[in-house]
Amino acid sequence: MTNVVTLKINDQDVSGRDDETILELARENKIPIPTLCHLEGLSNIGACRLCLVEIKGMNKLLPACVAKVQEGMEVYTDTERLQKYRRTILEMLFAEGNHICSACVSNGRCELQRVAQKLGMDHVRLEYRYDNRTVDASHERFALDYNRCILCTRCVRVCDEIEGAHTWDVMGRGVESRVITDMHQPWGESETCTSCSKCVQVCPTGALFEKGKAVSEMTKRKGFLAYLTSMREGLK
Amino acid sequence: MFVEEIHKLAEQELEARSTLKNRIRVCTGTACLSTHSDQLRQAFEQEVKAHGLEHICKITGGGCNGLCAAGPMVLVEPGSTWYQGVTPADVPEILQSLENKPIERLLCNPNDPFFARQTKVVLNHLEDIDPERLEDYLAIGGYNGLLTALNELTPAQVVETITKSGLRGRGGAGYPTGLKWGTVAKAIGSPKYVICNGDEGDPGAFMDRSLMESNPHAIIEGMAIAAYAVGANQGYLYVRAEYPLAIQRLQSAIKQASKQNLLGDNIAGTTFSFKLDIRLGAGAFVCGEETALIASIEGKRGSPRPRPPYPASSGLWGKPTLINNVETVANIPVIINNGAEWFANIGTEKSKGTKVFALTGRITYTGLIEVPMGMSLREIIYDIGGGIPGGRSFKAVQTGGPSGGCIPEEYLDMPVDYESLAKAGSIMGSGGMIVMDDTSCMVDVAKYFMEFCMSESCGKCVPCRVGTSQMHRLLEKITDGDATIDDLALLEELCDMVSSTSLCGLGQAAPNPVKSTLKFFRDEYMAHIVDKRCPAGVCKMKHAEVAR
Repeated sequence: MTNVVTLKINDQDVSGRDDETILELARENKIPIPTLCHLEGLSNIGACRLCLVEIKGMNKLLPACVAKVQEGMEVYTDTERLQKYRRTILEMLFAEGNHICSACVSNGRCELQRVAQKLGMDHVRLEYRYDNRTVDASHERFALDYNRCILCTRCVRVCDEIEGAHTWDVMGRGVESRVITDMHQPWGESETCTSCSKCVQVCPTGALFEKGKAVSEMTKRKGFLAYLTSMREGLK
Repeated sequence: MFVEEIHKLAEQELEARSTLKNRIRVCTGTACLSTHSDQLRQAFEQEVKAHGLEHICKITGGGCNGLCAAGPMVLVEPGSTWYQGVTPADVPEILQSLENKPIERLLCNPNDPFFARQTKVVLNHLEDIDPERLEDYLAIGGYNGLLTALNELTPAQVVETITKSGLRGRGGAGYPTGLKWGTVAKAIGSPKYVICNGDEGDPGAFMDRSLMESNPHAIIEGMAIAAYAVGANQGYLYVRAEYPLAIQRLQSAIKQASKQNLLGDNIAGTTFSFKLDIRLGAGAFVCGEETALIASIEGKRGSPRPRPPYPASSGLWGKPTLINNVETVANIPVIINNGAEWFANIGTEKSKGTKVFALTGRITYTGLIEVPMGMSLREIIYDIGGGIPGGRSFKAVQTGGPSGGCIPEEYLDMPVDYESLAKAGSIMGSGGMIVMDDTSCMVDVAKYFMEFCMSESCGKCVPCRVGTSQMHRLLEKITDGDATIDDLALLEELCDMVSSTSLCGLGQAAPNPVKSTLKFFRDEYMAHIVDKRCPAGVCKMKHAEVAR
């Protein structure tokens, strides 16, 4: 049974339903919370930690994308502490891969880049790992540049939840984690991939892209996701 | 099979024993097996056979007595004569001595503080049980707790007993067990599940391993009682595949218990049914985290998910699930048998009962010990553990594994309980206790644990995946003599950030070893950074020459 609740986000009174997440309610009320792994229409995993918010009277920070709203809750989405943590998370992502924007197909159209600009992450204090990563260009139409992958797993989820192919998954642990196709064979040899391009369209960075695109040319179209999910909702 | 028949089995076992003149138990724990106690047992069997003594002298296996450093251990009954470091060559002499005085040179003194200062609750009777025999467990009153619960108590009364006992989770965090049971019992949803977490992964910890290997039936009994209390009919024992002996013994114990109707449908003629299956972990440390463990049992990649919802309301396959650690479960039958008050009388005000510790590192007696909560670290290390060998001096004791911290000498008189350890910047953890002397470099220790967390991070959330790798790199710079004061400031900042923002307990606790060594041994960090010198002489300081 769902109930309606009233609560405060950044001292602003808002009302919602108790099956809504903090993120949903905040966006409904035009209160921005940065996200990377979240994408409307896909399940939420709370992995990028950018959407962490502070709750009054609670020590723990909660991921707004999965935490449900509660009656009387007082949420703070943009405290100094959160801003600092978010910038560090972005620094970590930039130091982990090889995100050289000037040589990227998604330059100017990249969600990671946009979030970094918005949150004022103007330099990286952490040591770059200069990880030696490969590119999988075995697919006829698309390519995967591991150097740009931030492991948000949107590709994994869209392929499993929307396309139903489950071509993508994650292997390895820690910084060695990688998204893989099928049983870790080249994408072009994947037997389950339907070449639907959903993974490419939802990828927030230049990790998944269409072949033939030069620097700054890769525009992603995520609009289809809202269309597909609303069609599904309608069928229920 | 009904209660009377179970009791009859126990009586038959005791009767069979009374016809024996002697019984010799050879320890079958992993530590003693590693010193070839299996060959020793064979030697005993052959020798007994050669002399035609089979009908009066029985050779059998036994569980761990804790003094793993002195294995193989042999117990001669009647009279409980303990021998240590026995070899097959000693066998004829031991058999000959059965009629005479014990052999002085092999004797292990049971009045030694190592044994005398312990209070055994879950480790009690381990030496009297051959882990392969249900009869041995029945002979010490095994399964009485389950039968009592099923026949005399309602599920609510069982929960009440556990709540009153004050038992707290032995997996590390110390969550009140009764409260957890009550929550799962009240949770809406069906079916419900109980899980026993046997994915012990902390470096230097072998408490759960020994329990599962030495007394598998106690785990089964505890889980069955838990299932009855919360209303579950299916249980899973999640054991890491690196514990083959534990798995083998649990499997055969489940078979034995099922055969005697102590598991399965209508247990002991009651309306309660409970099935128990083993699931193996594939070696990921993070699968000790409950949500990752659940994902692993479901057949998915073992990565954690944000809580809430907690497993108590939405766990295995989205159903209410109770997860308890092996040692917690092993406490249950004892509490049902002896009562909540008896248990609550042991320990301190907030931490009841005993705790099993795996004592390792620079200490005279390494092994498995059980002490009442509230005993001081000094008593554990110096009285029970026999102090630091080789004339070296104590430096720190590490508790809680990669999620814990290093406790320095000035805290040695602190009582060991959940709150005090937390106050000292460490945690109780699952019970690993690594003692370090002045030859250990604390920065190096912190680096070791950070490397562990880095390679065991599941990679799902950014702070843990990248943060542990960045912190490890900074620690590497310090031990290489490459670091500056700014690096130290960055390290401290990352400690705060990673523990505040990580998704699960692994990442949230990963900075703990660094935080605690920085708190108590900051001078060692400074020596590495400013003087380019490792006080303990452990770190190579690769670039120290260049820096000078």
